[in-house]
Amino acid sequence: MTNVLQYAWLVPIFPLIGFLIIGLFRNNLSKQMVGIIGCGSVLLSFIVSVWLFSNVNADEAHVARYFDFISVGKVSIPFAFQIDQLSAIFLLIITGVGTLIHIYSTAYMHEEEPKHFARYFAYLNLFVFSMLLLVMGANYVIMFIGWEGVGLCSYLLIGFWFKRTDYNNAAKKAFIMNRIGDLGVLLAVFWMMQKFGTVNFTDLFAAIAKQHGEGTLSANDPALVGITLLLFLGATGKSAQIPLYTWLPDAMAGPTPVSALIHAATMVTAGIYMIARSNIMFTLAETTSNIVAIIGLATAVLAATIALKQNDIKKVLAYSTVSQLGFMFLALGVGSYTGAVFHVMTHAFFKALMFLGAGSVIHGMHHEQDMRNYGGLKKYMPVTHGTFLIGCLAISGVPLFSGFFSKDEILMGAYANNPVLYFIGLAAALMTAFYMFRLYGMTFQGKFRGDEHHHPHESPKAMTIPLVILAILAAIGGFIGIPALFKPNAHALEKYLAPVFEGSAKLAKPHEINHNTEWGLLIGSTIVILAVIAFAWNKFSKYQKTGVEETGMGKVLENKWYVDEIYNAAVVKPLLGLGAFFNSVIEKSGIDKLVNGVGRGLQYLSRQFRHLQSGVIGNYILIMVAAIVVLFLLGFGFTPDIKAIKNLFGK
Amino acid sequence: MILVSLILIPLVFGLASFFFKGNDAPKTFALIASVLVLATACYAISLPPGSLTYSRSWLSVLNSNFSLGTDGMAKILVLLTAISYPIIFIATRNNQYKDANQFYALMLLTQAGLMGVFLSTDCLLFYFFWELALIPAYFLCSKWGGDKRIQVSFKFFIYTFVGSLIMLIGIIYLYSKTSDHSFAWSSFTKVVLTEQEQGYFFWFFFIAFAIKMPIFPFHTWQPDTYEQAPTATTMVLSGIMVKMGLFAVARWLLPVFPQMAVKMADTVMILSIIGMIYASLIAMKQDSIKRMIAYSSIAHIGLMCAALFANNAAATQGVYIQLFSHGVNVIGLWIVANAIEQQTGTTKMSELGGLAHKAPVLAILLVVMALANIALPLTNAFVGEFLMFNGIFAFKPIFAVVAGVSIILAAVYTLNMIQRVFLGEASAFLKVTDIPKNTVIALSLIVVMIFVMGVYPKPMFHLGEQVMGWVTAK
Amino acid sequence: MPINYYIYLAVILFCIGVAGVLTRRNAIIVFMCIELMLNAVNLLLVAFSKMHYAKAVLIDPNTTVGTDAQLFVFFIMVVAAAEVSVGLAIIVLMYRKVHSVDINFLNRLKN
Repeated sequence: MTNVLQYAWLVPIFPLIGFLIIGLFRNNLSKQMVGIIGCGSVLLSFIVSVWLFSNVNADEAHVARYFDFISVGKVSIPFAFQIDQLSAIFLLIITGVGTLIHIYSTAYMHEEEPKHFARYFAYLNLFVFSMLLLVMGANYVIMFIGWEGVGLCSYLLIGFWFKRTDYNNAAKKAFIMNRIGDLGVLLAVFWMMQKFGTVNFTDLFAAIAKQHGEGTLSANDPALVGITLLLFLGATGKSAQIPLYTWLPDAMAGPTPVSALIHAATMVTAGIYMIARSNIMFTLAETTSNIVAIIGLATAVLAATIALKQNDIKKVLAYSTVSQLGFMFLALGVGSYTGAVFHVMTHAFFKALMFLGAGSVIHGMHHEQDMRNYGGLKKYMPVTHGTFLIGCLAISGVPLFSGFFSKDEILMGAYANNPVLYFIGLAAALMTAFYMFRLYGMTFQGKFRGDEHHHPHESPKAMTIPLVILAILAAIGGFIGIPALFKPNAHALEKYLAPVFEGSAKLAKPHEINHNTEWGLLIGSTIVILAVIAFAWNKFSKYQKTGVEETGMGKVLENKWYVDEIYNAAVVKPLLGLGAFFNSVIEKSGIDKLVNGVGRGLQYLSRQFRHLQSGVIGNYILIMVAAIVVLFLLGFGFTPDIKAIKNLFGK
Repeated sequence: MILVSLILIPLVFGLASFFFKGNDAPKTFALIASVLVLATACYAISLPPGSLTYSRSWLSVLNSNFSLGTDGMAKILVLLTAISYPIIFIATRNNQYKDANQFYALMLLTQAGLMGVFLSTDCLLFYFFWELALIPAYFLCSKWGGDKRIQVSFKFFIYTFVGSLIMLIGIIYLYSKTSDHSFAWSSFTKVVLTEQEQGYFFWFFFIAFAIKMPIFPFHTWQPDTYEQAPTATTMVLSGIMVKMGLFAVARWLLPVFPQMAVKMADTVMILSIIGMIYASLIAMKQDSIKRMIAYSSIAHIGLMCAALFANNAAATQGVYIQLFSHGVNVIGLWIVANAIEQQTGTTKMSELGGLAHKAPVLAILLVVMALANIALPLTNAFVGEFLMFNGIFAFKPIFAVVAGVSIILAAVYTLNMIQRVFLGEASAFLKVTDIPKNTVIALSLIVVMIFVMGVYPKPMFHLGEQVMGWVTAK
Repeated sequence: MPINYYIYLAVILFCIGVAGVLTRRNAIIVFMCIELMLNAVNLLLVAFSKMHYAKAVLIDPNTTVGTDAQLFVFFIMVVAAAEVSVGLAIIVLMYRKVHSVDINFLNRLKN
């Protein structure tokens, strides 16, 4: 069935064509046309993706080489795509969720002028194209092209409303923080090239497995740890982990569908994709895996604490995304790669759903984003409310919703690795349930607290239909990953992905948890989560605006642990200061002064010498005579033949 | 003969241009001349490398020949020179220069000089053209430049001239040491020098080239000159003329002092990398777009210089690619800066803002240029920078790490520039309209080159590979 | 008479001339001092000429060694004469212009 996979290039080509058409003819196309082209191109990609998905080779990855991208000496980088189970799943998520969000955007962005509307869809299509390159690339360089491309699109879309300076700042921040991570990826690529001579996934992983088998590459080899750490640095940038996570909440400046697509469902999971792709290296580099797990968990907890006190609906969701991404990294760190990919998928469903729901609320509330001014929206927007509730239940991990399965798999993986990780993770999960239902309660329950002239209203069909589809997926999406606990061998996703993670599965130490323990943990955690939900629901349904400022810990959380301020003081200011110092001190009064000084010194000297040209003849003659005398004396000095002179004078 | 015509066409047309009157005639004339050069260059490049040589006795007393030759690197730079001039002439068609006939005549003379530098395989001839390129540039700056032009162009001239003279001493010394008393490249590379001599003369040549590039700390002529010189000249200076320094290092310095190049690699690379970070940090603080581009250019050149000394195939190929890419990209940036200046009368970022509303086409084109400037993948600069960083990493990983910081800083200052000039609320410049057609044409050409080379750089590699064959074949 | 005495005399004459040129401001005296120096040289030339001739003639009666120096003396005298005429003319002109023969007035050349 490889013939089908030959057509893999069709997947990214549609959004690219869409981007080019919309981009070049943005002034001539009607909004309707733009919408059709924008959505249609991604839909076509989705159809091809489904086709590819169902035809993926069972045993080995299909690599399609198109042309030599870079080929110099030992460096050989083909422009090639790799289709295997992992990329096929990501293709489905990207194009599937992408299509829904494109459709949703046609309504959400409808108020924009035609040329900006077209610009928006051009960027969005370009993003889908880049993201597809990222997951389809058959080597790290092609992946990196997509990796940077999505960063660019994220930049363009966050700053979409470019009149607002703070939006532009947010966009810039996102791009620069991503760049820090990108440097890590780039260095990792160079290192791999030097160490293994290739960056093609199939060759590289085969080489590593072979070297490890031969014993020339030990587990936890320093080079391997270095490479994986650098890759992980890249992942922290793209997937918003400590220490590079602060751009993601700011990125909420972009239009809400963008937040849903880029900053929740797809781009931010690129880091997880990359690590899952490189699973064999991470499994071998145990040190890195531990760091990944710890950073992931720390991010999950930190972001969850911040989310507890945010009042902007999108900010809550943003921190929730950071926190959920932390969970995924925890999964990667403990070696549960399937769990991570599973959570990527379910998270794509429910987080996209919630962002779109939030967009629907914002749309209905005429761009009001402060939850304190919401309340009682259940009545005004029933579809949004219903679907949002499903999303909340899914993310909180209420049994039978999708989030339950994926989160359970991650937490069980963590428990198998180290019970401490499990309990901290559970705490983060509890906080998740709390802030999500705080959001839900404040928004949909209770009484309407906004201005009367807001007139909240339900959104149009183009927005609600994607919501409903996503809600269905968020509700039932988990059933592709039924844990062995419920029914042995029912984990469809695990079976599907097995070939990708085969290499690392062989290397990993088996962790088995006793079924009784697992049942106990599952039931226990479920009960606690349900209790938290009930508490939060109850508490925030009665929320009233108090106007009292937060104090103490609450204030610290509301201000996001002051991380932005710390970064500002520790990195941004000193760098700018250094720049200013170089500019004004070293450059202007240092080097340039030195250079000009040479010129000025020469001028000074020439002025001094000019005094000799006094015009007084007597002086000239004096100098002449003095010079003659000096030369005369020197002449004697240089003539060693004193005798001849003596003869001249003497007898 | 085809090589001679590459030099002769701009020279003859340049001299002829002095006799024109009025403003438009010389413009058109120069454009025709440059297109002619481009056509000739394209033909020359399509020929196999060995078939292109030319040699006549020149200064027979000194045993110096008028000998020209090409290899891949020379071809890349000849192509860059040939492509740049028409683009520059198209883009600056709306700029009014007093005594246009002289202006365009001098511009064409610089082209003749540049072609000569890239083609000559005789060191004295090389020196002759090196100066021939410099002197018209000096007159261009001092006559048509900004307010501080006299002072600045004088500084530029003295700076580069001092470098040239130091180089001349080196050339004469090496000449006296050649076995057959000749200035030919092939004889120079066979010169046997003691270690001490190598130590001295390596630096004699290197400083001359370092001033031209320029790399830290010999760079201070550059921002001033770029800012004050007429934009068309700045484009030539930053797009092509600074490449002379890098070219000369690759053509003359490395083959003549191979042991020294290995020995001094660390020093030169550290200097270059310090320069990169230093220039990037300064670029962050600039208010003038022109100065920002100037410092950004210093950073990029620093990377190329470091990569040249990394002494491996990947880095060297990266440099060749980047010579072309950077030339094209920086000319694009200058065209944008010129368009902004023509529209608003200023290039100070603090006075600009929100131009994207008024000039969306310009904004899009600038964003593309800027992204190429920060080497985003699928733009031409990525290919070169990727290979250069790869080569530097292979040489010493720590160098690549430190130099890599400049990638981040480049993003900072470039995005800052975009934001301060194009985004935000529209500023007071209400009269601004979108850019004229000729600028759009010039920039579109550059954008096409950026993407074609970024996606499919193979033809360039193909050209570049001829270099290594030629160098090793000696 | 040993050549030394001629040399001493010539040196003294020359030094007097130099000292005069350096210290005096009157153009005419400066002029005379220059003549003095020239004549010091002449004296020396003649003295050496005579000395070499006297030595050489003992060996070869027909020798012309040293006579060429005397030719120089004539040249110098001719040049000095020409110089005197031009110089005096300049001094006269100068006196007409500035009513002084003080050479310090001549520093107008400077500007």
